Amino acid sequence: MFGLNKKDTTFLLIVIGLTLFTPILMQPFAEGSGLAQFNGGYPDLMQKVAIFGIFAVGFNILFGLTGYLSFGHAAFLGIGSYSAVWMFKLLTMNVIPGILLAMVVSGLFAAAIGYVSLRRSGIYFSILTLAFAQMCYKMAYSVLTPLTNGETGLQLALDDPRILDKAIEGSSLPVTNIFGLPMNSSYKLDVMNHVFTFSVGFYFCAVIAILAFYVAIRLFRSPFGMMLRAVKSNQHRMNYTGLDPKPYTLAAFVISGMYAGLAGGLLAAMDPLAGADRMLWTASGEVVIMTILGGAGTLMGPVLGAGVIKYLENIFSKINESVLHSWFHWLPDGIEDLVVWVFARFTGEGWHLTLGVTFMLVVTFLPGGLIEGLKRIRDRVKNGKKKRDKYDDPDPDHHPAPTKRVAGE
Amino acid sequence: MGILEVKGVGKRFGGLQALGNVNLSIHENTVHAIIGPNGAGKSTLLNCLVGKLMPDTGSVMFDGQSVLGRKPHEINQMGISRVFQTPEIFGDLTVMENMMIPCFAKRDGAFRMHAFESIAQERDLIAKAEKMLSDVGMLEKREMVASSMSRGDKRRLEIAMCLVQEPKLLLLDEPTAGMARADTNNTIELLKQIKAERDITIAIIEHDMHVVFSLADRITVLAQGTPLVEDTPDNIKGHPKVKEAYLGETQQV
Repeated sequence: MFGLNKKDTTFLLIVIGLTLFTPILMQPFAEGSGLAQFNGGYPDLMQKVAIFGIFAVGFNILFGLTGYLSFGHAAFLGIGSYSAVWMFKLLTMNVIPGILLAMVVSGLFAAAIGYVSLRRSGIYFSILTLAFAQMCYKMAYSVLTPLTNGETGLQLALDDPRILDKAIEGSSLPVTNIFGLPMNSSYKLDVMNHVFTFSVGFYFCAVIAILAFYVAIRLFRSPFGMMLRAVKSNQHRMNYTGLDPKPYTLAAFVISGMYAGLAGGLLAAMDPLAGADRMLWTASGEVVIMTILGGAGTLMGPVLGAGVIKYLENIFSKINESVLHSWFHWLPDGIEDLVVWVFARFTGEGWHLTLGVTFMLVVTFLPGGLIEGLKRIRDRVKNGKKKRDKYDDPDPDHHPAPTKRVAGE
Repeated sequence: MGILEVKGVGKRFGGLQALGNVNLSIHENTVHAIIGPNGAGKSTLLNCLVGKLMPDTGSVMFDGQSVLGRKPHEINQMGISRVFQTPEIFGDLTVMENMMIPCFAKRDGAFRMHAFESIAQERDLIAKAEKMLSDVGMLEKREMVASSMSRGDKRRLEIAMCLVQEPKLLLLDEPTAGMARADTNNTIELLKQIKAERDITIAIIEHDMHVVFSLADRITVLAQGTPLVEDTPDNIKGHPKVKEAYLGETQQV
């Protein structure tokens, strides 16, 4: 089905199912219970997971397949946001034209930046992309103020032209919508003290994320995807096999730039403002961490990584000292303060520390990312606690398997 | 007129004249060996043929067209495939994927944006790749990751990847270098079989005299960047100039 084989079709259907039921799955705890703050099923977080999932899936097309590590992908995210907001200002609050423009403009920027950066590989490529992204950031911040509104960020205003919407506009700022259905409208369902929120914004993002994911699967399985893996594996052999690696890597760069632009456009569609901070190098680093944490080169890994990081960012940062005190109030006073002090380093403002430790552990013990962890658990369940040695390792990407046979058999 | 005509090729690296006025003509459907002691310029010559190096002087004509100034992938598309000293394969990919890539390159050229097609639907190419794999006796290894194979198998795969493109000229750069004896013999057998079964021109650079004398129809001896002699293997064997090049000047004792 959909031009995929049976296994991939099942996989895609599972992903679609999980995505559509996210508002329920991410809301496992009853309202008012002590664990309610671990619920992630509110629209803002779910939208972010979907959007950054798209961003990471696109990044993975470049990094996971060709091995070119771009450190400047946030530039395309920012460019996408600016383009979309301009569309909201000039044409209409319907998000479709804005998102399309975001993809086109970031694709053009990716073509230009990629053309120059791809003249080098390895660390030099990474540095070049980083330099370009920082240039974009600085320009958005200062030189291009007429276009980007500098440090305030690009926002909607009542006197914007909005050619298509002007007639129907009231006296307050309009909201982004899809053919009249506002992005921020939602439906709350109360079942046995569990409150599930189904919002237009999330489902819009979810549908686009599924489409983006589907495109990525097709790409991974296509001859083009195989060529990209060949780029990572051996460019020398590629050249002497009559293939030009350059256009392949550039195409991958542009495609992943357009994914980033799409994600940027969606960010603006959920909240119509665009700031230069979105292009900062930390934002570029974040997508690298998402991809590696989840599992570079795998289909589901980047989405998983994006989910984990956005969840940590939103949930752990909410846990402040008073919440911790309420958890540990049953401990003796001195010990309570000590325990709260320790936990406070990892929560609230300190959530980055949790992320850092998680990342360190994953990279050290699961070089294939969280996906490898899931695979290992699955194998463990399937095969029982069999003793394994390096020859049984199923993951050739990270542990090139030594051959069991001797030379010449 | 040979399929490959090298005329007056010279190449200088700083103060070193690596190649000086090399003339070479390789005829269709022959196995032509280029031998010579270390530093004779064998690899430099080969690199000039495939676009890796640009010679300072002279011309290289392949099939009536000049290859000079063309990029390696363009030269490959003209019909020259090269096997390297250390097997160059796509180590992260499976054996079958390694075979499919040259098939696509042959059919679709240097670049094609086939992002929405499925590999599984390319039945013709799959059949072609499988046929080639079974010809070199590797069909049962089709799902193996290429980097996990023995050196002999990697070499075998690399040769198969070149052959599946049906090149007019196959260049072999020390195909048995660093191989165990058994692997060397396997490779010789494979090359003999290829020579017998296909209409193919092969140019081979080799140190191992056993390999050269069991395969070559013609041999060129290169020394200090210039061809010393060109003849049949039988005539080369006892040639005094060749002995001199390999062992130093003959001395009266």
